[in-house]
Parts: sequence; C-alpha cells; structure tokens
Amino acid sequence: MMHTVLFIIFAVVCVAAAINLLAQRHPINSALSLIVVMGSLALLYLLLGAEFVAAVQIIIYAGAIMVLFVFTIMLLNAGEEELSKSSRVAIVFGVPAVAVIVAALAYILSRGAGTAALGDFIGGPKEIGRLLFRDFLLPFEVTSVLILIAIMGAVVLARREER
Amino acid sequence: MGEISTIHYLVVAAALFAIGTIGVLTRRNVVIILMSIELILNAVNLNLVAFSRMHGQLPGQVFSIFIITDAAAEAAVGLGILIAFFRNKETINADEVDLLKW
Amino acid sequence: MNPITNTDYVTILPELVLAAFGLIVMLVEPFVTKGGSRKPLGYLACLGALASLAATWYQAGSPYTQGFFKMVLVDHFSVFFHVVIALVLFVALLGSLDYVERQHIRAGEFYALMLFGAVGMDLMSSATELVLIFIALEISSISTYILAGMRRRVAISAEASLKYFLLGSFATGFFLYGVSLMFGATGTTSILAIGPQLHAGGFNPLVFAAVALMFVGLGFKIASAPFHVWTPDVYEGAPAPVVAFMSTAPKAAAFAVLLRVLFAAWTPGWFWPVWISAALSMTLGNIGALRQTNIKRMLAYSSIAHAGYLLVAFAASKAADTAGISAAIFYTAAYAAMNVGAFLVISHLAGEGERFVAIDDYAGLSRRQPAVAASLALLLLSLIGIPATGGFFAKFYVFSAALQANLVGLTILGLINSGIAAYYYLRVIVVMYMREHPAEHEHGHGAERITIPEGVALTLSVLATLYLGIMPNRVLQLAIEAAKDLLR
Repeated sequence: MMHTVLFIIFAVVCVAAAINLLAQRHPINSALSLIVVMGSLALLYLLLGAEFVAAVQIIIYAGAIMVLFVFTIMLLNAGEEELSKSSRVAIVFGVPAVAVIVAALAYILSRGAGTAALGDFIGGPKEIGRLLFRDFLLPFEVTSVLILIAIMGAVVLARREER
Repeated sequence: MGEISTIHYLVVAAALFAIGTIGVLTRRNVVIILMSIELILNAVNLNLVAFSRMHGQLPGQVFSIFIITDAAAEAAVGLGILIAFFRNKETINADEVDLLKW
Repeated sequence: MNPITNTDYVTILPELVLAAFGLIVMLVEPFVTKGGSRKPLGYLACLGALASLAATWYQAGSPYTQGFFKMVLVDHFSVFFHVVIALVLFVALLGSLDYVERQHIRAGEFYALMLFGAVGMDLMSSATELVLIFIALEISSISTYILAGMRRRVAISAEASLKYFLLGSFATGFFLYGVSLMFGATGTTSILAIGPQLHAGGFNPLVFAAVALMFVGLGFKIASAPFHVWTPDVYEGAPAPVVAFMSTAPKAAAFAVLLRVLFAAWTPGWFWPVWISAALSMTLGNIGALRQTNIKRMLAYSSIAHAGYLLVAFAASKAADTAGISAAIFYTAAYAAMNVGAFLVISHLAGEGERFVAIDDYAGLSRRQPAVAASLALLLLSLIGIPATGGFFAKFYVFSAALQANLVGLTILGLINSGIAAYYYLRVIVVMYMREHPAEHEHGHGAERITIPEGVALTLSVLATLYLGIMPNRVLQLAIEAAKDLLR
C-alpha cells in the first residue's frame, strides 16, 4: 500500500515537472524543474530497490550536471525565449504527439512486459561494486577515456582564443 | 490500480521519453534542448532499473550508472560547444543556427 | 575468481596502443616550443596509427578470442575493421599535418582527439556487450563533435559542431532507449546471449520496438536517410581532414555495430526499416547532390547515397548467408579508401580558412596540378563505380548479393541511382579538365604544391582504391572470413 501511494505521488510529480520544464520560458525555471524530475526519479529508484543508483542520481545528476547547466545559463545570461509562430504551432501539435507516443509505447510495453511483478530485491552497492569491477571492468576503464575526451573537449572549445 | 508492477514504471519512463522528444523537436533554446535530451536519458535509466528489478538482473543498474557518467561527459562537452558557439554568434537559439540551413 | 590475464590484454592491444599514443601526444605538447612547428606531434600520432596496425596484425595470429569476461571478441570481423580504421586514421593524420598549421588549429588536442576517437571506433567493432558498445560509441561520437568544431574562428565550424552534437545526442538517446527495451525483452545486454534468448522466447513486440529505435540511433551515425539532415551542414562546417576521417572511420565502426546487433544477435524485424532506409538514402542522397555547388556538400550527399548502397547489402542478408554481409564489409573498406582520398584533395586545395571549396574553384586544376587532378578524377570514377576501381567491385558485390536475395526492386533503384550519381561526379571531372581557369584566381590559389605527407596520403588512398579494383579477391576473401566469424 505504502509503495502504491509513494509511487503515485512521485510519478505524478516527475511527469508534471517534466511538462513544466517545457512549459517554462526562462531556462532557469526549466533547470529547476529538471532538478525536481531528477529528485523524484531518485525516489522511484529507491522504491525499486536500487539504492546505489538513487544515490548516484542525486549526487551526479542533480548535484553535478545540473550545477553545470545552471552555471552555463548564468554565464551566457540567457533570457526568456520569445515564442515564434512556428513554436506555437509546435505546441499545438506537441501535446497530442506526446499522448500518441506514450499510448503507443504503453501498448507495446504492456504487450511485451505485461504485468510482470516487480520481482525480488536484487542487491545493493556491494553486488553492484563486484559487477562493476569484475564483469564490467573494461567498460569501466574505457569510461576514463570518455571522460578524458570530455575534459579536453570542454577546455579546447570554451577557452578564449589567444591572438 | 491495484498492485504497482513493472509496467507502471515503464509508462512513467515512456512519458519522460515522449516529453523529451517533443522538447528537442519544438524548443528553440539550445540549453532547453540539452535538458530535453537529459529527460530522454533519464527515461532510459528508469527503464533499465525497472527491467533490472523485473528480471532480477543487476547489469541493468550497472548500465544506468554508465549512462549517468556519460550524461555528465556529454553535458560538459555540450556546454563547451555552446560557449564556443555563443562567442561567435551571441545567441543560443537553435533556429538562429542559420549559416548552415537547419 | 579468475584474474585478468595476458590474453585479455591482447584482445584490446590496438586500443591500448592508440590510447597510449594519445596520452603521449598530450604530454609532449607543452614541451614543443611556442610558435614552433607542431608537426612532430602529428608524426607521433601517425606512428601511433601504424603501431595499432601492427598490434592488430599481432591479434590476427590468434583469431576468435574473447576477453574481459566476454566483453570483447577478437575475430576476423574485428580485425578487418581494426585494419580499416587504423589505415584511415593514418592517412587522415598525414593529410592533416599541413592543414592544421595552415588553419591555426590547436595541434596537440587535435591529434590526441583523433587517436582517442579511434580507440572508441576500434572498440565498437570488437565489443560484444551493449554497455561497452555504448561507451565506445560515445567516445567516437564525442571526439568527432569536438573535432568538427576545431576551426574555432570560423562561425560555421562552431555551428556544425553544435548541430552535430545536438542531433547526435538525440540519436544516442534513441539508441539507448532501444537498448533498454532490448534488455527488458531479454534480460541481458550481451549480444552473444541476446540471440539465443530471442529464439527461446516467442514473439515479443518489445524486440521490434527495440530494434527500430536502435536502428534510428545508428542510422544517424551512418548518415542514412531519413536521419541524414545533419550531414551536409556538418561536413561543410567541419575541417576537411576531419571530414575525411569522420565520413569513413566512425561510419565503418557504426556499420560494424549494426552488423553485430542485427546479425550476430539475429534480431528480427529489421528488414523493412533497412529496406526503406536504403531506398530513401540512395534517392535523397543522389538527388540532393545534383544541385550542390560546394564540393564538400556534394560529397556529403554522395556519402548519404553510399550509406544507402551499403544498406542494400544489409537487406540482402535475409537468409543468414555470407554474401550480403561480406559485400557490406567489402563496401565499407572500398568506400573508406576512396572517400578519404577525395576529402584529402579538398583539404589540400581549400587554402587558408577553407576559401576554395566551390566546384568552380576546381576549374583548370588539370593544368595547375595534374597529379592531384588525376588522383581526384580516379577517386571520383571509383565513387561512380567504374570498372578497375574499388567502387566497381563494391557495388558489384552488393547488387549481386541483392539479386541473389531476390531484391529486384531495390537493385533496380540502386542501378538507376548509380546512373544519376555519375552526372554530378563527372561534372567535377569536366570542370577540372575542360574549363579554363579564371585569371583573377591565378595567384594565391592552387599555387601551393602538394606537400610530401599529403602526397603520401593521397597516393596511399589511390593505390588502395586501385588495389581493390584490380585484385579484389584477397580482400573479398577476408570479408567472407569476417562474415563467417560474425555468424558463428
């Protein structure tokens, strides 16, 4: 019962915040909505028993990535976006489009996954750590190359040109 | 509604995916397009964690951790590209990306 | 608990070598005197490409080895693609040595990004686990997003980079959503385990959605229609040697992933998406190329068309035989050889700030630089598919595989398209050989002689194209071996 109530609350908050992200005109408001999405998703992860992912979600997504977003919005001094005619048309078509996509996906998902029960709790940080540093050792190490590229790219692109 | 099962989580993920897709396709502000892409990645993560629980297979959760890491890398590069672009054009609206036809 | 052994390290040896050279380039860069030539860094990077080729050679001695808990698989398939990627990297690096100096690009980061990008591409072709494929795909994509924006003083380069990044990340999102559905349908992320799982379970609509979404994501990376809209703009804005690299190596790697996902896992439901995408890519690519006046944009549309021909080979692999798959593998190699060369010529002639990229700028090239003009003419003839060039056999194998698979409609469409394509490739040759050079350009443009590294790179690409056109059997045999290993 508790599960149902919590799920409904946070699922609704999550989707509402996502819609708000698009409805807001000022990027800062959108960024704050995104943080709400991330936070409520973390709770959904907890309900699913994925404690470690929930923690990572808060620390990295809501913590690090969103700070980067907010920082950039401030840095670029992004103002409100005026709606052009085409974007009003887009909104008119966008809402039904979301409904159609969700309905189609829900149909496929319910055919595919059915009403399969959630299953048992499958493990916490210890098991994940074992998997990450054994079976997934190579992707884990290769990720360092990815991060190196990202750092280098951000530095190369954002650095002021010396003349 | 009864018992909450996997499908309920999947539908939330599908909604996030759809909202993100529409956001990328309709918004003009590049920062908001980037946030919409983050929504899509979050939808993927929710899918993975829910399926992971359903199958009793932990790799789904591990996958979602990799995706979060990648999202961080992508955000850093994306905002770097955006700053480089801003220096040249003084705008962050995607449909002013018009030297090349959009 | 089984520890990591030497065998495991051998399975990622080329990647290790490339990553090591990338780090060395980054570490050496600060020691190069300020204002001095950055070419030594470039030669170091070239050495890295050759070393990875040698490492692949070493791997080829013991094919079909799995490593790192079945994350990677070294087989004839991965070796073939590793060789293609290493050669493309080597040639593109040679071709960018002078370009980087001319356009004032930050050399250290440029070469390091090329090497690291190649790490990702190599891993894409040998990974058998969707997690690793995803990370490798992101390495290859992110490095090309950055490389596309390296001409930072030029507005269109920043725009190309931004556009490529936005659409690329969007496509990655689709790919991942597809992967998550695949995980949901099978409960595994290992490609080798997905196949048996799929056949054990019955019809599952999730799988079809998963394959379609993954195809959207990869379709973007290979620039096939209807996911091609970014291609002309990005190719126009990105530095020419980067285009030489990114129109071939990451594409080859993405094709490798597509082959693995579709055929090693033998996923159902891919046939019609591939068919439609092949037909659309060929048609839209060639029609788009007809009205271009900028040679980079023209070749961008041409590369969309070539992705279409390649997908014909995919569609022809209906009945788990090697004809279609080996044709696709051969096409990847042939396309890489000729396209790298064509873009290197563009990069050589573009001049500072890439001012000379209109087709009209090529007027009278045959008199100013006869060797370069002849090479470009040969490469363009190969892109048309004239006999005695690699392009001919590539197309020949693809369309004969398609006929064997009874894809008559697609074959006819492909042949009509090859006819249309001949027009715009020949137009460039006509301009080079028949048109007088306008006098006002006489000084400044096209006067620079081709430098030794550029010459070597161009010669290599011409020789490879001719080799594939005159003696295709050896490479075809390797492609067939690769296809066999893929289906094993």
